Amino acid sequence: MDTAQIAPGIDFVWTSEDVSQIPFRVYTDQDLYDREQRVLFQGPTWNFLCLDCEIPEPGDYKMTYIGDAPIVVVRDENGDINAMVNRCAHKGSLICYKPRGNVKEFACIYHNWTYNLRGKLTGVAFGKGVRGKGGLTEEFKHDEHGLERIRVENVRGFIMGTFSDETPPFAEYIGEELMASIDRVFIKPLKVLGYHSQIFPNNWKLYVENNKDSYHASLLHVFHNTFGVVRPTMTGGIKLSKSGWHHLSYTQREEIGDENIAKENLRSKQDDYALSDTRMMQHVLELGDQVTNSIQTVFPTMVLQQILNAIAVRQLIPKGVHESELIWTILGFEDDDADMDELRLQVNNLVGPAGFISMEDGCVGGFIQTAAKANGDAQTILPMGGRKIEPSVGSRVTESAVRGFWKGWRECMGV
Amino acid sequence: MTTKTDLDHDLIHRLRIDALIADYIHCIDEDRLEEWPDYFTADGRYKVITRENFDLGLPVALIYCDGRGMFEDRISALRTANIYEPHVYCHMVSALKILDSSGPEIKTQSNFTITRTMSEGGMMTFLCGKIFDTVTEVDGELKFKERTVILDSRRIDTLLVIPV
Repeated sequence: MDTAQIAPGIDFVWTSEDVSQIPFRVYTDQDLYDREQRVLFQGPTWNFLCLDCEIPEPGDYKMTYIGDAPIVVVRDENGDINAMVNRCAHKGSLICYKPRGNVKEFACIYHNWTYNLRGKLTGVAFGKGVRGKGGLTEEFKHDEHGLERIRVENVRGFIMGTFSDETPPFAEYIGEELMASIDRVFIKPLKVLGYHSQIFPNNWKLYVENNKDSYHASLLHVFHNTFGVVRPTMTGGIKLSKSGWHHLSYTQREEIGDENIAKENLRSKQDDYALSDTRMMQHVLELGDQVTNSIQTVFPTMVLQQILNAIAVRQLIPKGVHESELIWTILGFEDDDADMDELRLQVNNLVGPAGFISMEDGCVGGFIQTAAKANGDAQTILPMGGRKIEPSVGSRVTESAVRGFWKGWRECMGV
Repeated sequence: MTTKTDLDHDLIHRLRIDALIADYIHCIDEDRLEEWPDYFTADGRYKVITRENFDLGLPVALIYCDGRGMFEDRISALRTANIYEPHVYCHMVSALKILDSSGPEIKTQSNFTITRTMSEGGMMTFLCGKIFDTVTEVDGELKFKERTVILDSRRIDTLLVIPV
């Protein structure tokens, strides 16, 4: 992949030597966007759909997206979870247009074609015509006109979907080491505490890169190191899947007791920016370790987050070349007591569209998008940590995981 | 429906609460944000939550302040730590309704719209929704004991940093 290649049917050549130089055009080109939909989002990738706990009962469904494609996820009578493209096999209308609900079957509002909870076409209104006239002919086979089904996998309560038969099983897709990082955080049954949605004025890839860019964390998010979530004195590093596609960035305190955590708060009080109320920085060590910040990405658009006791899954949805939407699903554990519920509400001030340490991510992508439009032939550079795609122990001052993303993008896109 | 008796009874409340809300929105729109915590009681609670979460009974808010310290922290972070393109709000508040004025704390609801104008000059309708307030008197002044802002939209354009 080191030499320039021309993808079939597309006027784009990756002219850089490797993935440490990225042409601005990837953020602004409609042809590339269209190709991403076909070969990346509908290609050999796993995409977050919803949580198992969001659709507990038979008939419960939720609308979501894989790239631009509308998807409906539903639990059937047997308790199995199915996902289908949310598009009637007849005229292509959405079969679900309310974001969530419970149904016995899916009925398209346009011509009342009905489907069961596995997406099989079960009824066509006036299929036999009226008084022997009109209707379907003998050549129409109901079995050939179901909803388009998506492969699903339930990964520790996260329902993942893929269009492709080629996608390896999820655990193999992200690898053993990153699977263990999911298991580190998601140790118990989950509950949803709420949702946020944030519209970014930028191409979806800029937000994905931002998540993989551990270099910016303490620089852009001043709050981060000021108030003790990520401090220069903390250890941490970057883990990467063998493919380079997926990553984990983490920060941890030294193995210390609660008294030292209190001292850290004291230190921050001596800074210029002292918090008047430190409740949102409390950290109940519920996961049995001292990790304060863990950001894990699953290629292409899923982010798993643990920041102190704020845990969440983020799903990025592209909305055209120049815009994207981030859906945050804020999580707790099913067995949280009232005190823990309250603590999670406090600490969630840190994240989301108004989050003390995440709001900047909303604007920085737009700053790049504005500049990228004017530089069709220029490129951005990713020099931190060299040119390789490799894990980093002890330092997060690297763009290794961002380069890993571009390796995945090129492999999917064939450029 | 609000009856004439209700109106007579609540007239002074209406005028005073209307003045409180006017002072509050001008304070924000004129960027006198250091005064913002003063509009709440010392144990005041403030939540900006989407209608989606509210209707589903889900507790997570975009902004949650519980007690004066957290109000002050929102403003000190906005001034010193957070980075964003400079912008101003223009609040429009209307349809003040007294829900309960039988006790010392008065409960009200109102509608609001906020336009946001960026430093570059562009303006958009940024937020709209309902506000549920609990207002109480402290040393002769009305203050918000509780202010719950329910946003009709769940989509926040770019970011939310200035309080509503």
